[in-house]
Amino acid sequence: MSDTTLNAAAFADPALCRGLLETLEAELDGPFRFMEVCGTHTVSIFRSGLRSLLPEGVIHLSGPGCPVCVTHDREIAAAMALAGRDGVTIATFGDLMRVPGPGGASLKSAKAEGAQVEIVYSPLDALALARREKDRTVVFLGVGFETTAPTVAATMRMARAEGLTNFAVLAFHKLVPPALDALLAESGGAAQGTGIDGFLLPGHVSTIIGVEPYRFMADRYHKPGVVGGFDPADILQSLILLIRMRKSKTPDIINQYSRAVSDQGNPRAREMLFEVFEASDALWRGIGLIRQSGLAIRDAYADYDARRRFSLELPDVPEIRGCKCGEVLKGRLAPDGCPLFGKTCTPASPVGPCMVSTEGSCAAYFKYGVEK
Amino acid sequence: MSATPVLLDYGSGGKAAQRLISELFVRHFANPILEAMDDAALLGRLRGAVVMSTDGYTVDPVEFPGGNIGSLAVHGTVNDVSMLGARPRFLTCAYIIEEGLDMNLLERVVRGMGEAARRADVRIVGGDTKVVPRGAADKIFITTTGIGEVILEPAPSGSRAAPGDAILISGSMGDHGLTILSRREGLSLDSGVMSDSAALNRMVEALITEVGDVHVLRDPTRGGLATTRNEIAGPSGVVCAVNETAIPVKDGVAAGCSVLGLDPLYLANEGKLICVLPENKSAAALAVMRGFSEGRDAARIGAVEAAGAKSRAGQVLLQTPLGGRRLLGMLEGEQLPRIC
Repeated sequence: MSDTTLNAAAFADPALCRGLLETLEAELDGPFRFMEVCGTHTVSIFRSGLRSLLPEGVIHLSGPGCPVCVTHDREIAAAMALAGRDGVTIATFGDLMRVPGPGGASLKSAKAEGAQVEIVYSPLDALALARREKDRTVVFLGVGFETTAPTVAATMRMARAEGLTNFAVLAFHKLVPPALDALLAESGGAAQGTGIDGFLLPGHVSTIIGVEPYRFMADRYHKPGVVGGFDPADILQSLILLIRMRKSKTPDIINQYSRAVSDQGNPRAREMLFEVFEASDALWRGIGLIRQSGLAIRDAYADYDARRRFSLELPDVPEIRGCKCGEVLKGRLAPDGCPLFGKTCTPASPVGPCMVSTEGSCAAYFKYGVEK
Repeated sequence: MSATPVLLDYGSGGKAAQRLISELFVRHFANPILEAMDDAALLGRLRGAVVMSTDGYTVDPVEFPGGNIGSLAVHGTVNDVSMLGARPRFLTCAYIIEEGLDMNLLERVVRGMGEAARRADVRIVGGDTKVVPRGAADKIFITTTGIGEVILEPAPSGSRAAPGDAILISGSMGDHGLTILSRREGLSLDSGVMSDSAALNRMVEALITEVGDVHVLRDPTRGGLATTRNEIAGPSGVVCAVNETAIPVKDGVAAGCSVLGLDPLYLANEGKLICVLPENKSAAALAVMRGFSEGRDAARIGAVEAAGAKSRAGQVLLQTPLGGRRLLGMLEGEQLPRIC
């Protein structure tokens, strides 16, 4: 019988990674704080044990890269309100089910109380649900970044082509570059520095948008960024590139993940995306309103826009008391610095979204964290 | 039996029910205690302290590569009894059957159950059958209760792991969980992945009689290796240090996990055990396990440590292939539905 061990992929090769770790340590010229903005990076860094191996001065911060985590309380409240309407079936990715909304209720508790909420793995599953349940309106919760939005757009186009009238999307999609801009601007920009020395940029998002949309980070804020893959060797190589750019004072945006990401991204996917969506202002949890950082459904697809179809407003909701998810998402607070962490807030009974999603930084700290 | 589907009449207690019991259940479970057909089973005297365990089985799909719900219902309960250092002797079973179930499917399940019991050398001495209206149950649910005699005292327990002990597992992780989940997702994995469903009582008896001094025996079923390890580290007040590279995972399981986004260390096993015993006994224990087909891939995966400066009692620390360390936490959130 042939057995294999986990993480046997070439980019997780232990010997290769040991070499890269040595290079990283040798090139390090003082403390270096890097932020990643992708849940897959968060999990990979923890799960592979890489976090425990990073040199003393390399500090890992988890930014606003988990789609569920950055979804605003008011957006969750709107989804909950919609779930309560007669004749509506909510179709959603599983991660959103347990995100606490107003008064601690969640889609999961709404379902237990009789709301029709179905977990789907793709917007196409939601479309299939609409075909089967002709007497109900199936609303897909569109949460996620540039990576998932083109598929949602394609699904809406398909619904229109089929003349399917009982399908709609509640779109809360977010765009990564404007959030990075807001993060850098809020902390005083280049003059004061942000406490972040460089960015590990999201490989998946970049397959769609390419490298250019991050250029402003180097040009205006003088911060280096590397679009990186998700295996330990990718991450280590990206960190070495970041540290070299800081040393040589030549901040730039580099594509380390060229085996998956083309510098131009995927123009066809973007075309699909912007046929259905247009950039609009959006709310981010913990950060607030960021101009042109979300995706609204264009007038041509108004029939498939759940917000317009159900005249849905984003309800005002009180903030979750004591929850520091916002500070965590901005890299200002480590998850275990939150007074609720591991006490009233655990994956079994999460207070904030960063503890709900498997990609949330609080959940990763809780699940994988070891004292260094 | 005829090829007509199961009707509500079969659970009525009347003649139809009696026919089903005598022509199907008694035929496949054949033993004198059951054949007495009294209201209860007369077991006679048992040697030593008595262990008892009960478990409900609701697996979907009912039949899967490597077994069916009938064989699984024997293996699961036999293994639970065995993990207390006991020799399983008798089982009872209760069937809840959905009206309209294909009679051929029911016969395959009952035959699977009878064969599994014979191979494990346990007798099915009593049972009950109910048929419920269509929709009130999903095809077939089975509950089994097992009784066994203790052959090792003090009994192995999740609270007896001690610093200096070795941690052994009897084979590869995740086979059953991945088999069930991939069937449900409609993935056909051609790599020959199949459930490891098997009775472990013979291997346990050999471990106890030939090696002895077994501190902990657990079967990593729902929640997988990760969850079961935590159920040992916590009650024992120790740290379990596990080496990820040493954990056997079959190629097909690793590949399927990567497609479905699953972690094999959290997937259910139905024919594997974790054995914790003093380090100087680990080589002998591995040799005993490897002498059984269900233990041929047995491996030492780690050691029990006292809590130190960088660890706390109750933690399971995983050394990753990179050489890093992280926690191996318990399964959080939703249980993967109905895998056993």
